[in-house]
Amino acid sequence: MLSALFKILIFPGFLFLSVYGLCLESLDRKIYARLQNRIGPPWYQPLADVLKLLGKGTIIPADANPGMFNFLPIVSLAAVASAFIYVPVWGNTASHSFDGDLVIVLYLLTIPTIAAFLAGWYSRSVYATLGSIRTLTQMFAYEVPMFMALLSPALIAGTWSVTGMAAFYSKHPLYILFNIPALFVALVSAQGKLERAPFDAPEAETEIVSGAFVEYSGKLLAIFKMSMDCELVLIASLISAIFLPFTTGIAVVDLLLYFVKTIVVLLFLSLMRSAMARLRMDQLLNFFWKQLSLIAIAQIILNLIIRSRLAL
Amino acid sequence: MNEKNRVVIPIGPQHPSLKEPASFLITLEGEKVVNAVVGVGYNHRGLEKACESRTYIQDLYIIERVCGICSHTHSTAFCQGIEELAGLKIPKRAAYIRVIVAELERLHSHLLWLGVAGHEIGFDTLFMYSWRDRERVLDMLAAMCGNRVNYGINTIGGVRRDFDAAMLRDVLKMADVLQEQLKYYLDLASTEATLIARLSGVGKLSKEDVLRFGSVGPVARAADVGDDTRVKEPYAAYGEIPVKVITDTHADVFGRTLVRIKEMIESLEIIRFCVKNLPDGDIAVKAPRKIPAGEMISRTEAPRGEDIHFIRSDGSDIPERIRVRAPTEVNWHGMRYMLEGQYLADVPITIAAIDPCYSCTDRAIVIRSDDQTDVTDWQGLRQYSIDWYQKRGVNVPSVKMPESKKYF
Repeated sequence: MLSALFKILIFPGFLFLSVYGLCLESLDRKIYARLQNRIGPPWYQPLADVLKLLGKGTIIPADANPGMFNFLPIVSLAAVASAFIYVPVWGNTASHSFDGDLVIVLYLLTIPTIAAFLAGWYSRSVYATLGSIRTLTQMFAYEVPMFMALLSPALIAGTWSVTGMAAFYSKHPLYILFNIPALFVALVSAQGKLERAPFDAPEAETEIVSGAFVEYSGKLLAIFKMSMDCELVLIASLISAIFLPFTTGIAVVDLLLYFVKTIVVLLFLSLMRSAMARLRMDQLLNFFWKQLSLIAIAQIILNLIIRSRLAL
Repeated sequence: MNEKNRVVIPIGPQHPSLKEPASFLITLEGEKVVNAVVGVGYNHRGLEKACESRTYIQDLYIIERVCGICSHTHSTAFCQGIEELAGLKIPKRAAYIRVIVAELERLHSHLLWLGVAGHEIGFDTLFMYSWRDRERVLDMLAAMCGNRVNYGINTIGGVRRDFDAAMLRDVLKMADVLQEQLKYYLDLASTEATLIARLSGVGKLSKEDVLRFGSVGPVARAADVGDDTRVKEPYAAYGEIPVKVITDTHADVFGRTLVRIKEMIESLEIIRFCVKNLPDGDIAVKAPRKIPAGEMISRTEAPRGEDIHFIRSDGSDIPERIRVRAPTEVNWHGMRYMLEGQYLADVPITIAAIDPCYSCTDRAIVIRSDDQTDVTDWQGLRQYSIDWYQKRGVNVPSVKMPESKKYF
């Protein structure tokens, strides 16, 4: 009981997730800055931002629904923290796992997006409403390729559990090579999921100020920011657990390997963020539906063929 | 879609994509703009009126501050007009120095625009890169003129500072570094897929429309209208310098980007030519304090287009009337036309693509009829603005204003 609580709350649960989220954000901002030929903020900047926001007053718009307005940031953070329980951090085993937890993780991953949509919707501001509509539209765009990309490795592994998949692929590391297109699709859709450039139309600063979160301030905004950082950790961990399951069996080395893997994923995401202009909603939908989804479908067909050939 | 599905988005007067206050009321159907109302005039500064109560030399400092970016072009136009009225002929060296500073100014203005454009389409790396390179130009200007933006190099009858050989060597060195960077930007603009996707086909203004709305500068040149005051009506030393007018046929924001980048490369050529052929001699002639009576229109090519100054002198040392027509003033006319029918995402870049200079443009115009003048007090003005917005569907929240405070 105590060890389960420790796992959920401290390591590798909520506390680790939050701290690592802030670290990754700091690293992301630093990489982004260096790619832009800037110095970038000091390493503690994300923590300072969160602490400052926590100390600030919260303004709730008169037209907004105060209940939902207060409730949604917590829902968002809770969903991400719950999903993290099923993702392996060091080694191949998550804190908890059962066959089918991949579906749970993917389900919990959509909740922050829905929370952002509702947050914008209940803010009753024209920018927030428009931002939340864009958030939802974007969700329909990236979800299909992302889900297909994350589920296609499961076809070869023959299990619907993240832990099971990680275990399978670390036993047969060469099979990962089949999933390279899916890895690419997953990384690009992850960028869409995290609403980072070039897929940051939902919070396009120069058009709709900052989209769904425009009316948020103080503690509530801090919680939303934390949940976004945690989402980044969750997705980086999920991708590295499914697509890069290299482990040694030694706990400390595996933990270091986990950091290396997530940072490599982050590096790719930061590179993409700095190298492209923001796409318009219509261009974004076209890209996800007409190009990424096709690659993902091809990957599923390929994996089905491989599965029947290898008689797994 | 019917009327009910429309939503009005106010972009401005305060908005992250606008660097100065202006109001754009965008009516949307989904993501498409069906109607756009352009409202400028938030930044009236009374510069022209201020000029009418000061001497010509004092006015020079006000005119320099019409625009924070293209300050040199305004003071050149102003000085030229007065020199023409007074019958002064500025030394050749002064004319060349004016050209060098003007072209450096064009460089830093266009680099600034490139950065702003990058930021508007969410490409912050381009923004950081081009502003880094803009620093080189600003440093050069600061070394040569003593200031980063309001150079204060022009005076009536010539220029105030001379450039020595070491400075000119530094300029050439900077030009070489910048040339490489500009080639990179040109390459980037014509190959980067997301950049092309966001810029091409946006903010179309065809050749006919450019002529109809009277647009100037890169907006006109991107639509294959080869208007450039430097060639059409050479001033300063432009008559002796080969200037290539850059035009493009895209007639959209993409074309304007290409025109601006190519113009920067052309500017470097002009600077190189000027440095090589800089004549020796004085840098200024003595100007009289009192300017002979007369009227004069003076034109220069600002980075944003043609800049026109009108000066009327009554023979004293104080001008009777000064009118500054900044290039943005005519570029606003086509704005509504450019915005309608586009996506909301394209609105900021379309506005930015004319490189608007809001404060340079805003003037107060009083329309008098039958010698009646209306006087409105602060409260009345506030009520008027609230009603104005409410009529257009924007609910101004009931902000409580302190009643007792005296503003004037």
